[in-house]
Order: sequence, then C-alpha cells, then structure tokens
Amino acid sequence: MRTIQTTEIIEKVRKLCINAAYYLEDDVVAAIRSAVKAEESPLGKSSLGQIIENFEIAGKEDLPICQDTGIAVFFVEYGREAHINGPLEEAINEGVRQGYKDGYLRKSVCHPLTRLNTNDNTPAIIHISMTEGDKIKIKLAPKGAGSENMSKLAMLKPADGIDGIKKFVVETVKNAGGNPCPPIIVGVGIGGNFEKCAILSKKALLRHIGSPNPDNALRELEQNLHTAINNLGIGTMGFGGTVTALAVHIEAHPCHIASLPVAVNIQCHASRHKEVII
Amino acid sequence: MTEPIRITPPFTSADIDKLKAGDNVLITGVIYTARDAAHKRLIALLDKGEKLPFDLKGQVIYYVGPTPAKPGQVIGSAGPTTSGRMDAYTPRLLELGLKATLGKGQRSEEVLDAMKKHKAVYMAAVGGAAALISKCIKKAEIIAYDDLGAEAIRRLEVVDFPAIVVNDSMGGDLFTQGTQKYRKAV
Repeated sequence: MRTIQTTEIIEKVRKLCINAAYYLEDDVVAAIRSAVKAEESPLGKSSLGQIIENFEIAGKEDLPICQDTGIAVFFVEYGREAHINGPLEEAINEGVRQGYKDGYLRKSVCHPLTRLNTNDNTPAIIHISMTEGDKIKIKLAPKGAGSENMSKLAMLKPADGIDGIKKFVVETVKNAGGNPCPPIIVGVGIGGNFEKCAILSKKALLRHIGSPNPDNALRELEQNLHTAINNLGIGTMGFGGTVTALAVHIEAHPCHIASLPVAVNIQCHASRHKEVII
Repeated sequence: MTEPIRITPPFTSADIDKLKAGDNVLITGVIYTARDAAHKRLIALLDKGEKLPFDLKGQVIYYVGPTPAKPGQVIGSAGPTTSGRMDAYTPRLLELGLKATLGKGQRSEEVLDAMKKHKAVYMAAVGGAAALISKCIKKAEIIAYDDLGAEAIRRLEVVDFPAIVVNDSMGGDLFTQGTQKYRKAV
C-alpha cells in the first residue's frame, strides 16, 4: 500500500484546471493547423486563423482560451494498491474550487431549476474506475455547453444496423450546424446500454485526435463518418467549408440482443484536456 | 473574402440595409452584453411595463459571459455564446428598436422573420476566440444585474471587433449559402 495525501490531489487538480483552460494540448494544435491547410473556404481559413491566433495569445499570456471554461469532467483511474488519506471526491472538488478561483476561470455550474450559481464551479462530474498498481491517474476534460448541448443519444433498433448508426450521427452533426463551434471532434458511443453508451461517447473524445480505433470495422466506420460529416459543408462556425470535423472517434461495447444504443458527444475545436499521474 | 466594413452603433434602418450576409465587419463603439439570465429579467421588466436598464434603440447586444478579469485586465476572455438560447426573447427586443445581435450559431425562424420586419441584422464572431476578442474591448462596465456575475449586463467599448454578417434584413443567410456552396453529394 502506498499512501497519497489529499493535499497533493487538491494541488494537482487545481493546476490541471488552470492549465487545461490556458494551454491547448499538442494533438489539438496540430489538428487545427492541418485544418487551416485543408479548408477550401477563404472565410473558413480566416476564421481558423483567428482560432490559431487565439490559442497562441492564450498560451503566451496565461489566459483562458474560451470564456466557457466548462463544467469540470474527470476520469480517475484508481490503482488498487494506492491508499488516499481522505475522501477522493471531496479532494477533487476542492481542487476545482481553488483552480477556478486562482485561474480567473468562469464559474458555470448552477442548480438545474433555480439556476442559482454555486459560484465555485463545483460539483465536478467524476468518473472513477479501479485499476492495477499504486498510482492514481486523473484526467480532466472541462466541457463547454455550446457543444455539449448539441449532443444526442438514441436507442436504435438492431434492424437499423450500421446504416442507422451513420444516419443518426450525421443528422446530429447536421442539425447542430455552427452551434457547437466547428471544426468539431465527434465522439460516438455504440452499444452497452443507455448510460454506458453516453460514457463511451465522452471517453471517445479523450483519445489522441485522429488516433484510429484498433478494431477494423470501427476504424472503417470512423473514416466513413468523417467523410460524410465533412461533406455536409458546414465548415468553421457554420460559415460553410470543407472541414467540419477534425476527427470522429468511436468506442463500442456489447449490448442487449434487443438494443442498439448510440450516443453522439460533440466537442468544440477548443478541446481542452490534461492529465496527471500521482 | 470581402474587405472588412467598419461600422459604429447606434444603427438606423438605412445603415442595416447596407449590410449583407457574408460581409466582414469591424465594430467600433459601444455594445451591450446580455445572455440567458439577463434576457429573462429584461423581458420580465417589459411584462411589468417598466423601463429597461439601457435604451435598445439602434443598439447591438453581444451574447457573452466573460471570464473574471485578471488584475490589470479590462475584461477576461470574452467570446460569443450560442445565440439560439436567446431566440425566445429576441423578437420582443427587435420590436423595441434593437438593431443587431452578435453571437454564434443559428437563429430560429421567428427571429429571422422579426429581423426582416424590424430591419435588423444578426452577426457572428468566431466561437472560442475569446482571448483574441478580449483585446478589442477597451472598456467594460457593469450597468445592471451585478448579482448575475458573468451574466450581468455590461456596456463595452470596442475597437475593430471582428464579426461576420450571418443574417441580413433582406433574408440573406450565410449559413445556408455557405453550406450549400461546400456541400458534397454523398
């Protein structure tokens, strides 16, 4: 057993929140730089130019890339030989509280009905899974509402098959138009059940951009969907263009013989994520 | 792409008629911020027959909820939010003389109809370009609903704020035109 102090978790999470808001990860930077080359629309090119200028300024001057610094979503891998000297979820929330205050990040969490702001961006959304070893891996993906609001889930019929999945994913992106701040990353969860496919679609967004699914059939579906989505012509911010998605990532899981759940989680171009291993 | 057109509010209907979907504009002057919670309060005031905290006539409302300003900053990061969430409130404000709205994403049919009827435009800024846009904001002052924090109504003084005309007062729509131009048959 190895003991991990909650004070260390709080400090690491505080820094994750600030760093995720200010500094875009290399895979996202590379994907946007390729998009500006591939885009055929002059307005699309110039808008992508603004997006690049923006993340360069944010990184240089330590500023939030986007004003929607999101709801903090965590994926925690908890090594079974690690012992924490206090409650993990409380430590993560305290880290969020401190990070959003010290980093001058927007507090965007409120009661769903009264709409009263909690004023410290807590509670975070925390997913915990057990793993081997004596370490804790904490992955943070703050999520803005512009793209999250355009996400959808469908309980398709097995008879709908691959064509039904394609139709649902493409229609979801088409209906979203410029709202989710394209060029987007499309996370697709297929199978499992109602809640499992939603989690899969979120996890798909955390993959290194453009890294293909190791399964041949899923990889082919990712490529087909990516082409179909770019053929929609939505382009950057919906202004029209040839690059609507930077990538399509699919994660799949076995499901009930009577079900075909599909979830589409849309991520804006400011795909912010950071991780730390304690 | 066209050369940018420099515009300064307040606008008359004649000013608005000159703007066409797809035009690149640079806004200089005073604009006001409001998003979900502030719009709800503005409409509640109108329902009670009370005066709004600022005169809408000829003005621009920018849909934004900025991050808190760091010491020495005029305003924090301040990019556009999704305009569609304000669709339910917008026709009423256009009727009272609001001439332009500024945000991102598409508007409803009701808003598009009201824009044609009352001679107004809808403009979009590049979503996510929040640090860059904050550089165009030279002064920011909360004029109403301080308790709403990021959602308070602010009076902004901007210089060369970059935007694109999406919907003009004649029914022109950049989203439809742009998408049709680049759509490929499957």
